[in-house]
Amino acid sequence: MDKPKVVFYWCASCGGCEEAVVDLEEAILDVTAAVDIVLWPVALDFKYQDVEAMDDGSIAVSFINGAIRTEEQEHVARLLRKKSGLVVAFGSCAVSGGIPALANLTSREAVFERSYLTSPSTDNTEGITPVTRSDVDGHTISLPRFYDTVFKLDDVVDVDYYLPGCAPVPDLIIGAVKAVLENNLPEKGSVLAPNRSLCSSCDRNESKPEDVCISEIRRVVDTKIDPDICFLAQGVICMGPATRDGCGQACIKGNMPCTGCFGPTDNCEDQGAKMIAAMGGIMEGNDEQSIRRVLDGIVDPAGTFYRYGMSASLAGSMRREKQK
Amino acid sequence: MTRTITIDPITRLEGHGKISIILDDSGDVERALFQVPELRGFEAFCVGRPAEEMPQITSRICGVCPTAHHMAATKTLDSLYGVEPTPAARAIRELFYNFFLFEDHTLHFYFLGGPDFIVGPDAPAGERNILGVIKTVGIDAGEKVIQIRKLTRALMKEIGGKPIHPVLGLPGGVAKAVTEEVREQVRELGNQTLEFAKFTLDAFNKIVLSNKEYVDLILSDVFYDETYYMGMVDGDNRVNPYDGKVRVVDPEGKQVELFKAEDYLDVIDERVEEWSYIKFPYLKKIGWKGFNAGMDSGIVRVAPLARLNASDGMATHLAQAEYERLYETLGCKPAHNTLAFHWARLVEIMYSAEMISKLAEAEELTSPDIRNMDLKTPSEGIGAIEAPRGTLIHHYNTDERGIITQANLIVATVFNSAPICMSIEKAAKKLIKGGKVDDGLLNMVEMAFRAYDPCFSCATHSLPGSMPLEVSLVSRSGELIEKIVRNC
Repeated sequence: MDKPKVVFYWCASCGGCEEAVVDLEEAILDVTAAVDIVLWPVALDFKYQDVEAMDDGSIAVSFINGAIRTEEQEHVARLLRKKSGLVVAFGSCAVSGGIPALANLTSREAVFERSYLTSPSTDNTEGITPVTRSDVDGHTISLPRFYDTVFKLDDVVDVDYYLPGCAPVPDLIIGAVKAVLENNLPEKGSVLAPNRSLCSSCDRNESKPEDVCISEIRRVVDTKIDPDICFLAQGVICMGPATRDGCGQACIKGNMPCTGCFGPTDNCEDQGAKMIAAMGGIMEGNDEQSIRRVLDGIVDPAGTFYRYGMSASLAGSMRREKQK
Repeated sequence: MTRTITIDPITRLEGHGKISIILDDSGDVERALFQVPELRGFEAFCVGRPAEEMPQITSRICGVCPTAHHMAATKTLDSLYGVEPTPAARAIRELFYNFFLFEDHTLHFYFLGGPDFIVGPDAPAGERNILGVIKTVGIDAGEKVIQIRKLTRALMKEIGGKPIHPVLGLPGGVAKAVTEEVREQVRELGNQTLEFAKFTLDAFNKIVLSNKEYVDLILSDVFYDETYYMGMVDGDNRVNPYDGKVRVVDPEGKQVELFKAEDYLDVIDERVEEWSYIKFPYLKKIGWKGFNAGMDSGIVRVAPLARLNASDGMATHLAQAEYERLYETLGCKPAHNTLAFHWARLVEIMYSAEMISKLAEAEELTSPDIRNMDLKTPSEGIGAIEAPRGTLIHHYNTDERGIITQANLIVATVFNSAPICMSIEKAAKKLIKGGKVDDGLLNMVEMAFRAYDPCFSCATHSLPGSMPLEVSLVSRSGELIEKIVRNC
């Protein structure tokens, strides 16, 4: 019998998800022994046309990383959807937009203006900006247009499973591949990571006082962080309460707070809203003035609470609808 | 009939990097354009973010070289807050950086660029990959490559939280101290990286340098451009990827600039072209003179060979010996041979291995004094680092709370974008005559490309690993005349 066909594909991403696959080290050999990777542009021959020629549904699973930002990315995502039995959104960008989706706080025009016109190292008195069709010595040279909005994968195609993380960690990747191979999959739409908050497995949880009470929000920039005590108890925002477990506390073991790359747990629709609610419960004072004083310490709410989730945020949904 | 040839590295996929070659009426090459068809706009969306988040946010420019951006941003924070890292923090950062340099160069040599040499440029495409390398240098090598990468990345996780998108950098310091137990692991890894570097250089000597055909290829005119070179150096003008001043030498090797990162705007300008989202940096004092090499053109190359060319030597013993051998063999300094970038990368593998061993013994490495909290009011910060692929500059302006108001990033691959155009044009001119395309074109273009190890994760995001190429000859009316496809 033929081995199941698997695709690893990237859209608007940084390549970190590809490195995560390389970081499986020896285990990658087990994976390649069990499946037939038909498309992996970073490491293997790219047989785009072959994929086009395949029967619908003949690919067992496509792991797609990166956000959707250009027509081409949307096109390939749709093609892979058609040809695949399962589509897994791989990594924060595909799941919820990731860091590139912070661009949804600005516009394509602002991106252009900054890069080409106002950057201090750019000498561009003629005001040249890249165009989708330009004339070079009588020849038409084209560039693709990119969308004004960064979309998550399930904004453009139906997604069966979600593998979160920036980047996803090796044991969850192996777990996902095994679950597909053994046909031991949870309900469609599931996130393939533990459904509990990061705090539940955090080594610092025991140092968290019964009633955390923050009188002032502190930033890592001017706070010496105690390597054993709960970040929130130190006044530093840690996204742990609103973030799914499964990363092995990677950042926390590096003595830095969680920034939320695993996204929310199942019962939560909006990670930022959950974190804001969690903050509300631990801030000192009941009157508006003292709460406002504490809140003023949150210098970048959007970038803190939606660092990886701008494409999934409820607040950003109107913009997405408008674009579509 | 004039025609445009399009080479799309990732077949037909617009999002990833593309070469267009324009032919004149007689079918000879007029121009070659290396296009980068994507822009993610980090400079715009970093505005409003707290500066201390920049090491983690900008690392997402590239998941292949996240440590380069992370560390450039961290050094920019030092500058922004007017604070020197403590000795322990500096040692930890430099150690971490050398881990990264070692594993990144190793990945390139064995998986991406090396196969061209080790297996041979004329070998069947199907063998020019890591498996072909293993077959040539021995099965043990494959295990060694996987093993050494695994160990290096495990220690990066221990020290920096994550090997992909680390979290250690803070202004004036790092987030986590190194224990004596970890020092012992670093020491052990230092021994292994040193052995591995020796093994790799040995293999390169035996397979490449003792083969006249390969040496002739390195020295050939197609892969030769006389340009300026830039790289960071220490106080004795020796290569220093982590810290120092940036030095620029002219095509004859004479120093023309030696500047602090803070002064980069006096030295570097960037040009915008309508046909690419990437910009083209050049030396300001010489100016933009088009896509041309030579003393009168401001085009400046970066990355391993450029670093060696811009320096007077290496700061470590064994790497220095390799440095000397490289120039003896090439017979000229600066060396203008594009393919020698691969060799220079190996000299730096040796350097980083020696540095790991050296820093493992640094007394301050395990000091708990990892942060200098004497922060000044922030307003502007500029930092530079030598990414594996060349000089990388970050520049932030903030308000007094340290919230970003402006950001400017000059990424290593961007510096080499004009030279990549030139190298491709040269190969194309040699191999396309009267509208006839020599079958060797794809090979040559690919080799010219790979030598720079262009990180399209930074510029776009496709690795030059196995790069299937497609050349389409299209008439002006858009009719397809001929298509050459090469799958790797």
